[in-house]
Amino acid sequence: MYLAISHAFLQEYWWFIVSLLGSLLVFLMFVQGGQSFIFTLAGDESEKTMIINAMGRKWEFTFTTLVTFGGALFASFPLFYATSFGGAYWVWMAILFSFVIQAVAYEYRSRPGNVLGKRTFEIFLFLNGALSPLLIGIVVGTFFTGANFSINDMNFGKWESPWYGLEAVLNLRNLSLGITVLFLSRLLGLMYIVNTIDDVELDAKARKRSVINSVNFLAGFLFFVISLLVSEGFAVNPDTGEVFMEKFKYLHNFLATPLVLIIFLIGTLLVLYGLYRMIFTGKKDPIWFGGAGTVMVVLALFLVAGYNNTSFYPSVFDLGSSLTIRNASSSLYTLKTMMWVSFIIPVVLVYIWYAWRAINRKPIDRTEIEEQGEGHIY
Amino acid sequence: MLENIDLSLVNWSRAQFALTALYHWLFVPLTLGLSFILVIMETKYFRTGSEVWKKITRFWMKLFGINFAIGVSTGIILEFQFGTNWSNYSWFVGDIFGAPLAIEGILAFFMESTFIAVMFFGWGKVSKRFHLVSTWLVAIGASLSALWILVAGAWMENPVGMVFNPETARNEMNNFWEVLTNPVAIDKFFHTVTSGFVLASLFVIAISAWFILKNREKDMALKSIKVAAVFGFFASVVLIFTGDTSARTLAKVQPVKFAAMEAHYAGENNAGLTVIGFLKDVGELDGFTEKKVVAKIEIPSLLSIMTNGSKNSYVPGIKDFVYGNEEHNILSAEEKMRRGREARDLLFSYKEAKKTGNEVLADELKIKFDDAEFQQDCFKYFGYAFLDKPGDIVPNVPIVFYSFHIMVALGFLFILIQILAWFYSYRNNLDTKKWFLRLAIFILPLAYVAQETGWIVTELGRQPWVIQDLMPVSIAVSHVSSATVQLTFWLFTILFTALLVAEISIMKRQIQNGPKIEEE
Repeated sequence: MYLAISHAFLQEYWWFIVSLLGSLLVFLMFVQGGQSFIFTLAGDESEKTMIINAMGRKWEFTFTTLVTFGGALFASFPLFYATSFGGAYWVWMAILFSFVIQAVAYEYRSRPGNVLGKRTFEIFLFLNGALSPLLIGIVVGTFFTGANFSINDMNFGKWESPWYGLEAVLNLRNLSLGITVLFLSRLLGLMYIVNTIDDVELDAKARKRSVINSVNFLAGFLFFVISLLVSEGFAVNPDTGEVFMEKFKYLHNFLATPLVLIIFLIGTLLVLYGLYRMIFTGKKDPIWFGGAGTVMVVLALFLVAGYNNTSFYPSVFDLGSSLTIRNASSSLYTLKTMMWVSFIIPVVLVYIWYAWRAINRKPIDRTEIEEQGEGHIY
Repeated sequence: MLENIDLSLVNWSRAQFALTALYHWLFVPLTLGLSFILVIMETKYFRTGSEVWKKITRFWMKLFGINFAIGVSTGIILEFQFGTNWSNYSWFVGDIFGAPLAIEGILAFFMESTFIAVMFFGWGKVSKRFHLVSTWLVAIGASLSALWILVAGAWMENPVGMVFNPETARNEMNNFWEVLTNPVAIDKFFHTVTSGFVLASLFVIAISAWFILKNREKDMALKSIKVAAVFGFFASVVLIFTGDTSARTLAKVQPVKFAAMEAHYAGENNAGLTVIGFLKDVGELDGFTEKKVVAKIEIPSLLSIMTNGSKNSYVPGIKDFVYGNEEHNILSAEEKMRRGREARDLLFSYKEAKKTGNEVLADELKIKFDDAEFQQDCFKYFGYAFLDKPGDIVPNVPIVFYSFHIMVALGFLFILIQILAWFYSYRNNLDTKKWFLRLAIFILPLAYVAQETGWIVTELGRQPWVIQDLMPVSIAVSHVSSATVQLTFWLFTILFTALLVAEISIMKRQIQNGPKIEEE
């Protein structure tokens, strides 16, 4: 079937889809945030088991979203996939290792015959909970600060730092985004705990713990956003494809795309309102405000990284090698084919919603955990 | 493309990919097959309302969960490793290869992960019907996932539905339908999925046999064996049929691999099929060692019949592909290397013209590049430009030959086990056949051996190509240091081995506990 859609439109469409998947991933990292509390929030074994089971019933969504995010990047922007994964090797490997140990930890933790011991798998969950949001935040930070790579005329990438991506950790702005994502995921984890676990003591502890995590989150978020708005950015000349530095580029991007700015502002307000309800009310619903706000804020940040003639993966080694949604994308045919596939995403979201509700209808409580019942307990 | 190829980097990158693939493949087949066995069992529970079937379903579901977790764990590395360790490859074919991976995520992974949560946690929380539908969707999701990754893998063995774009220096998809209906993909999908069904069937038969020998849970064990035997038998029939069609397709699209599977060095008419045999060195040729099959049992003319449908037909051997065979219209590797270099040089000239701003020359060269005759005569052999010598096209024949024959022999043994299990179940005297029950337990590790040898045939048989004739493995690697990949290789080895030990130990204890005792 012939469809007159331009390559440029599809590049923007796919940047939107990838951004949406990235923002959903950050929201779903409430699982990692929750995992990071298993040693410090739980007062006894039952509380720990309740937290692990609350997160354990959702870990696969986060995992699957990460894999789909990677697959979508590969399919739509293969030059980014090849350059970043093949170059920033150690950062990506650290992220992947943390997910490898997570995938088995839930299922094996409390199983009889577990030769590695319960504690080992709890440490695995903690490591994944603490490391992956931090590192994913740092990697996304390089979308705004740049990375050390070059691309030759055959479009083969080469990493120009012997640290293979670890150097990104030393950049304060990257680190601030990493810390922001880490504390945001922890806050979302606490919000999910009060939403899905029916336990007065755990509820009170989670709300109390939200205060200090909110302070840390807001400090990181403000630092990152302010530095983003006042910093130079990597602009692209749409006629020549040349990449150059532009003052206040990301501020300009927000102003040039008012809808994205509105999404960002509403998202920020929703996250703040979620924090308010978490700390100052006894409501069980902060996750919905915090979650929706997170998706909107992260989506807006991804969009300003790639839209409005901006390099979404700039090279600080060689500006000319910087990646844009124009030079890094798949062909028109592939993007168009993939567009048809992407129309299935709403159907996927609907069945996820339906299944999620079916499982979450009854909150987790001590009785369920201690009596085991018919359930599959981690 | 790559000026200096670091062979140590290439070898460690290959080792790491092989390690992760082999570990991953220990768990995936059981997931594929056991998910459908669960479907049958739970459907029986749904239709009869019998608590016995519920207990049976839940027991096998627990084992499914233990296996599934480690399969997921080892799988994530594979997807991202295309980027981390094979970044040149990822660019060269990302326009085609990435699409099936993304579709796998959207269509299959979400289905699996969503409904597996209902399958595990939904007992007593959702209706029986919704639970059963969820179990069905997990099984369908698992097979859909296999479909898409195998479509991607098949494309590497038989690249179709694409055109090379010199502007971007990559292959670009121009026919998705051709990619999806690639004959290699169809064969591969049915062969791989049914091999998983067979392994799961043997898994259920072996564990049930253990229960019967221990005089425990006999009712559950006998019912499970009956389901597994019937399911496994039909899967084996399809497996053998698709094995045959796969070989036929291979003979056309990966003829050197096909010849290596049979250690068929010299082409001949009336070529026989080796049932069993051993390899003996004959002598060194140009960059490879010729071998001869000795002490062999051979079925005369069968290879010719299987390959071309006629006993007089000519089946080319490895030497035909290295040295060429004019009579049978087979180009030598040397000639293909020459043509590949012509294509590569044209690409370099085009890039140089673009770089220096000589658009007139660039346009002329592009027209030549796009010419159908040039594509067919030269670009088709692009990857040969990067080979050092003609003998490089020969894979490791002994490993491929022995792996192939072990896999085939075991496949026929398995169908015998399934027939016997079905027969004794039908006669209601399975519990008296102690020898068979012991044999069924002994067979289970061999089912895993068959899986791994199948994988070895596929992956080692296609060397040196990562994409058949277009890209050798050596130029597909990422530009990272060899020491970096060595370190991650050993980290993976330690981690996956530790997890495998944990998995086996947990699985063993769960089986010993049986369906009644849930926790210690």
